[in-house]
Amino acid sequence: MTSCADGVDAQGLAARRGYATLFANLRFAASAGCALTVTGPNGSGKTTLLRIVAGLTAPVEGEIRWQGHPMRPFDLRMRGSVAFNGHLPALKDELSAEENLRAWIALDDRSPVDDAVGEALDAVALARQRRLPIRVLSQGQRRRIALARLRLVRRPLWVLDEPLTALDAEGVDALGALLDAHLAGGGVCIAASHQALPIARERVRSLALSAP
Amino acid sequence: MSGSERSSAGIPLPGADASADGDSAGNARDSVFAAVGWALARDIRVALRSKGELGVQLLFYVIVVSLFPLATSPSREVLATIGPGVLWTAALLASLLSLSRLFASDFHDGTLEQIALSPRPLMALVSGKIAAHWLTAGLPVALMAPLLGVQYALDAPVLGTLMVSLVLGTPILSLLGAVGAALTLGARGGGSLLALLVLPLYAPVLIFGAGAVDAARAGVSAMPQLSLLGAGLLLALVAVPFAVTAALRIALD
Repeated sequence: MTSCADGVDAQGLAARRGYATLFANLRFAASAGCALTVTGPNGSGKTTLLRIVAGLTAPVEGEIRWQGHPMRPFDLRMRGSVAFNGHLPALKDELSAEENLRAWIALDDRSPVDDAVGEALDAVALARQRRLPIRVLSQGQRRRIALARLRLVRRPLWVLDEPLTALDAEGVDALGALLDAHLAGGGVCIAASHQALPIARERVRSLALSAP
Repeated sequence: MSGSERSSAGIPLPGADASADGDSAGNARDSVFAAVGWALARDIRVALRSKGELGVQLLFYVIVVSLFPLATSPSREVLATIGPGVLWTAALLASLLSLSRLFASDFHDGTLEQIALSPRPLMALVSGKIAAHWLTAGLPVALMAPLLGVQYALDAPVLGTLMVSLVLGTPILSLLGAVGAALTLGARGGGSLLALLVLPLYAPVLIFGAGAVDAARAGVSAMPQLSLLGAGLLLALVAVPFAVTAALRIALD
């Protein structure tokens, strides 16, 4: 048995898209304080794997455990534990960065701490744009706001799909700082990425998916 | 273990457990109300920021209703006869017009994924969204209808019945429409498919709604039709959130 009672542990995972088997009999584990990067060519099932881990999709076979408990899609325990950052930034064009982030905090049943939103925006260098509607922000700026949400919506498991996309050097540094703090606090991170994550190498495990 | 407020990673899991174990029904109920309120407030705020869309829908209703007197005859009897049907049919079409934005925009910008992954009950969030849709789409039409009814030579008591029937009927349209919108999410040509799926379901609402106005015009009590609309509304309120939640989860898979 693996000793991943405090993290994610997957056994015999298989996924299909249409008729094509993306991967089968996949096993991996990520314990507290560790990041797992999923690599592989386009179409090898990275996003599907992350959606399975986040609890949005059911695997065809196999089981995934979080802190020792088997997980099913939309499992309540999973929903309270996972922060999923997919291709879509989940921001409303009509609302400002601040309003968007405040709404996500409120959804978690917490009143925002004084200026937590301001600090989180500051950490991704967007404090000046806090009152602008998302509509006028660039792709990279939207990604940064999505990163600020990770910091505000405190969850032990981060599932990040291509977190480096559209980020500039400054944004990559901000992501690195966020990840460092998260892992140092005992969090777990599973990320699909074509580039190395901007964190210390000894914290990172790697999982390579092959072309189907 | 399952009731622990903290994960072993030492990070608090906000709100995850109150509704998980059902150990305190009060907390769970608060959580449901808070979730309804959250979705309602958010959708109304977004709708108010895009006033253009709201205006388009109401103008659509005004224009469709105003076209019929031009196309038929100016005779008071003819107008009073077709009036209830026209006012109700146009309300159906106006409701349909805004249905596509109920879930589609949330689906395309990733909000729906995040909502489905939040610890709040998805059913409550969905109910809040449907309520917001009615407040921004159905209610304005119901309030506008008596004004437009004057064109059809309907007198005051009939206009009153018209408004009551629309206030009872338009939430049913939003609820039934939400099922269609959730089922067609992600489908190619979802908009036209939605119309084909939802309009037949609207037929009973149209029959009782227009029927109530006709009864009032004929001088008989409209209560039977209004009661049936009320009963339909209650039934839809109970059944629809389950169906929509299931459909949304399928769409996200």
